[in-house]
Amino acid sequence: MKHLKKIVCASAAAVLAAAALTGCGGGEEKSDTIKIGTDLEMTGNQAAYGQDAMRGAQLAVDEINKAGGVLGKKIELVSLDNKSEPSEAASAAQKLVDEGVVAVVAPNMSSNALAAVPILNGAKIPSISPGGTNPKITVDENSGKVIPYSYRACFIDPYQGKVMASFVADKLGKKKVAILIDNSSDYAKGLAKFFTEAFTAKGGTVVGTEAYLQKDTDFNAVLTKIKDLDPDFIYVPGYYQEVGLILKQARAMGITVPFGGGDGWDSPTLAEIAGADALAGTYYSNHYAIQEDNKKVMDFVNAYKAANNQEPGVFGALTYDTIHLLAQVIKDAGSADPQKIADGLAALKSFSGVTGDMSFTDTHDAKKAAFILTFKDGKPVFADKISAD
Amino acid sequence: MDSGLITQFIQQIINGVSLGSIYALIALGYTMVYGIMRLINFAHGDIYMLGAYVGFFVTTQLQLGFFPALICAMVAIGIAGVLIEKLVYKPLRASSKISILITAIGMSLFLEYTTMYFLTPQPRTFPPVLPNTIFHLGDVIISFQQLVILGSTVVLMLLLWYVVQYTKMGKAMRAVSYDTDAALLMGINVDHVISFTFALGSALAGAAGVLVGIYYNTIDPLMGIMPGLKAFIAAVLGGIGIIPGAMMGGIILGVVEALVSGFISSTFRDAAAFGILIVILLIKPTGLLGKNQTEKV
Amino acid sequence: MQIIKSLRKFDLALLVLSVAVFAVLEVLIDMRIISSFWRLQIILIGINVILAASLNLINGITGQFSLGHAGFMAVGAYVSAIMTMWYDLPFGAALLIGGLAACIIGVLIGIPTLRLDGDYLAIATLGMGEIIRICILNIQAVGGASGLTGIPRLTTFAWVFWIMVITLFFLKNMINSTYGRSCISVRENAIAAAAMGINTTFAKVLAFAIGAFFAGLAGGLFSHYFSIAHPSSFTFLNSYNYLTMVVLGGLGSMTGSITGAALITFITAALSDYPEVRMIIYALCLILLMLFRPQGLFGSQEGSLLLRRLMNRRKEAKANGSTLGNN
Repeated sequence: MKHLKKIVCASAAAVLAAAALTGCGGGEEKSDTIKIGTDLEMTGNQAAYGQDAMRGAQLAVDEINKAGGVLGKKIELVSLDNKSEPSEAASAAQKLVDEGVVAVVAPNMSSNALAAVPILNGAKIPSISPGGTNPKITVDENSGKVIPYSYRACFIDPYQGKVMASFVADKLGKKKVAILIDNSSDYAKGLAKFFTEAFTAKGGTVVGTEAYLQKDTDFNAVLTKIKDLDPDFIYVPGYYQEVGLILKQARAMGITVPFGGGDGWDSPTLAEIAGADALAGTYYSNHYAIQEDNKKVMDFVNAYKAANNQEPGVFGALTYDTIHLLAQVIKDAGSADPQKIADGLAALKSFSGVTGDMSFTDTHDAKKAAFILTFKDGKPVFADKISAD
Repeated sequence: MDSGLITQFIQQIINGVSLGSIYALIALGYTMVYGIMRLINFAHGDIYMLGAYVGFFVTTQLQLGFFPALICAMVAIGIAGVLIEKLVYKPLRASSKISILITAIGMSLFLEYTTMYFLTPQPRTFPPVLPNTIFHLGDVIISFQQLVILGSTVVLMLLLWYVVQYTKMGKAMRAVSYDTDAALLMGINVDHVISFTFALGSALAGAAGVLVGIYYNTIDPLMGIMPGLKAFIAAVLGGIGIIPGAMMGGIILGVVEALVSGFISSTFRDAAAFGILIVILLIKPTGLLGKNQTEKV
Repeated sequence: MQIIKSLRKFDLALLVLSVAVFAVLEVLIDMRIISSFWRLQIILIGINVILAASLNLINGITGQFSLGHAGFMAVGAYVSAIMTMWYDLPFGAALLIGGLAACIIGVLIGIPTLRLDGDYLAIATLGMGEIIRICILNIQAVGGASGLTGIPRLTTFAWVFWIMVITLFFLKNMINSTYGRSCISVRENAIAAAAMGINTTFAKVLAFAIGAFFAGLAGGLFSHYFSIAHPSSFTFLNSYNYLTMVVLGGLGSMTGSITGAALITFITAALSDYPEVRMIIYALCLILLMLFRPQGLFGSQEGSLLLRRLMNRRKEAKANGSTLGNN
C-alpha cells in the first residue's frame, strides 16, 4: 500500500509539472533579444554533423552579438535536438514555434528537414536548411509549388552531380566510371542519379553501381567487386566517415584510379581516417574551399579553430553563413518580424559569405558557385571553380 | 571469368573471417554472461566501444604500441565491466528478467551518450600502430592487420579455453552456469564467479574494440550498437552459453555477411544476418552446438 | 450475474470518464491553453499508449517476449500512407487496411517464430522487425532511404484519442474473455495450459495478430501526423522504447502501459530543452526506475483494483479512527 501513495504522489507531480510547462509555452513577451531557433542533429546517428553545424551557428551568433547585435538587440539561439529522427525534428520545430522564434535553422539532413518544414511553414516562420539538399524541402511534392517560408543555403543535388560529371568527363577525360552509393542516404542516391545522367549525356559509361550502408566499416567485399569492373574513375557520393574507410581499403587492395565525391567528403577527419597517401588523386565538389588568399574564409576557419579547437566541417560553414544571412535580412528589413524576414529572404539580392556570394533561385535554393577540391599532403586544396548558371 | 569469380570468392571468405573473428570476440562475452546469468547484456556492444576508446587514448596520449594498448584496454575494460555488474546488475539479480533487460538497455544508452557528451560524437582516428603491409597470394590480398586480428583472436580464445577448462575459477564458472543453486550449495561464491565472468567477457570485448580501432582506424560513440547486436546473433547462432559456439557463430556470420555484400548487395547484408539467425532458430532453436532440452513441467 | 453487471457499470463509468477527458483536453487545445508543442506531445502520448497497450498484450498478458513492435508499426505506417496517397481512400479505411496488413505480417511472422520462447523469441522478433525495416529501405517505390514523403496530414487529436479508447476497451474486454484467459494461462504455465485443453499456439498467434493490428493502426496515425514515414523511425531502438513503456508501467497491467507511455513521452519531451544531456538523463531514469521499482509502477495490477483497495482501506481507517475517537 505504501507503493500506492508513491504512485499517487508521482503522478500528481507529473501533472503539476505538465501544467507548469504548458503555462510557460503560451506567453509572448516583448524581449530585448531576437530569438532564432535551431533544429539540429545533436544526438543520434548524425550527431557529428549536427554538432559541427551548431558550433558554426554559435560562432556566428557570438560574432554578431560582439559587434552590437542586430537592430540594437542581441541574438539568442534557442537550440533543440532532433535526435536525427524525422518525428523528433517535427516535435522540435513545434516547440520552436511555441518559443516564439522569428526564424529557424532547419535540419541539415533532408529527411529531418522534410518533417520540420511543414510545421514551420504552417506557422509562417521562415526556415533555412543550411545543408539539406533534397529538392522537396523547398518545393511541395504534391502541388509542385514553392513552399513560401522554406529556404536552403546550399545548391541542390542535381547541380552538384552535374558539376562533378562535367569535371570528370571534360577536365579529367575519364570514360568508365563505377559508382559506390551510401544506400541509407537519399543525398548520396540523389547525387549518384544526377551524376549518372549528366555523365552519360557527355558520352561516358557507368560500368557498375554498388551500394553500402551508413556506419559500415568493412568495404573489402564491395570493393573487390568494383575492382573486377576495372573502371577508370570511382564516384563515391557519401559521407566522410565511410568514404575515408573506402579510400583506405581501396588503396590497400591496389585500386589506384582516382576517386570523387560530393560535399559529404568535407571534413578534416577524412584525411585522418584515410591517410594522406590514399587521398592522392581524389576530387570532390564542395560549397567552399579553404583558400589562403581568401580573407573571409581564413578568418572564419581561424575563429572556428580558436573557439572549438578543431577544424570546421562543411555544415559548420553553411550554418555560420545561414545565421549571418538571417542577421543581414533582419537588418535590411529593419524588423525581426517573421513575415518581414520572409519577405526579406524572398527579395534578397546578394549575400556574401564564407561559402561564396549567393542569392536565391525561384525555388528558394541558393545560387552560388561550386568548388572542386583535390588533396595535397592530406589537405584539401582548390582545383577548379564552376560558377552557377 | 571463372577464375576471377573464384578469386573473388576466396577474397570474400578472407574478409569475412577477419570480420567474423571480431564478432566472435564480442560474442564470447555475451555467451559467458548469458550462460551464467541468463541475461542478454545489451550494454556489451558499448563496452566494446569503450575498449576502442581506451585503446585510442593509450596509443595517442601515452604513445604506446599495439600489445601494451591491447593489454591496457583489456584490463581497464575488465574493471569497467565488473563495476557495471556490481553497481547495476547485482541489485537486480532477484528481479524479473525483463527488468534486468531494460536496465541493460538503459546502461547501453548511458554509456553511448556519456561518451558522446565528454568525447564529442566526432569520429576519432587511430594512429597507425601496425605496419600497412599487404601480402599477395596470387590475386588474393591479405593485409598484415588482418593477420594480426586473426592471430590475436586465436590466442585470446585459446587463453579463454584454458581458463574455463583448467583453472579453479573456470570450473566454478561452469558449475554456476550448469546449476546456480547447486553451485552455491557446494560452497562456490557465486558473486565472485559472476564478477569474474563479467571481467573476462568485458576484457575480450575491450580487446575487440582495440582490434577494430586498428583495423578500420575510426571509432565513434555509437560504433557498438550494430556489432553488439551482430555478436549476439553470433552467440545465438552457435548456441548461447557455449564458448566454441560463439567462435563458430561469429566466423559464420562474418563470412555470410561478406559473401552477401560481395555477391548480392551490401544493403541486404543485415537482413541476411537476421535471416540466417531466424532459420537456425527455427530448425534448431538451441543453436548449432546447443543440446536439445526437453521441456520440464 | 452480479459480476457481469458490475463490469458493465465499470465499462460505462470508463466511457463517461474518457468522454470527459476528451472534452477537457479538446477545450484546452481549442482555446490554445495547451501550447502547440504539448498538443503534439499529447498526440504522441496517445499513439504511444496504443503501441504500449498492444505490446502489453503480447509481452505482459501472453508472456511472449517480443522486440519487433516497431516493425509492425512500420508496416501500418507505410501501407496506410499508400492507401491515402495513391488510392485516395478515406483516412479511416486506410488506417484499417494498414492495421490489417500489419496483422497479416504479424500472423506470418508469428506462426513460425512463436514456437520459440523466452530470449530466443525476443531475438527472433527483433530480427524480423529489422528485416521489415531493411526491406522497406530497399523498396524505391516507397522512397527507400529518403522515406515516404508528402503524406496528407490527417491525424487529429480526436482520431488519436478515440482510436486509443477503442484499443483500450477492446484489449480490456479481450483480456477478460475466454481468449484472454487462455492467453494468461499461456503466460502462467504453457504446459499446464496445453494439458487443460487450451490451444496454446492459437492463443499466442492471436495475441500476436491483435498486437500487430493495433501497432499498425498506431503506425498509420504516426505517419499521417508527421506527414513522413521514414525507416529511421522504426528501428529496434524504437522497439526497445515501447518495451520500456510497458515494463515501466508494469508488465500485464493496462493502466501501467498507459502510465508508462505517458511518462516516457513526457520525460522525452521535457528533456528536449537540454539537448546535450537528454539521453544521459533518460538512460539514468531507466536504470534508477528499474533499480528501485523493478516490477514497474503498477506491478501486474490494474489501477482500478488499486483504487478500490485504497478506498476500502480508507473506509477501514475511518472506521478504526471513529472507534478510537469513541474511546
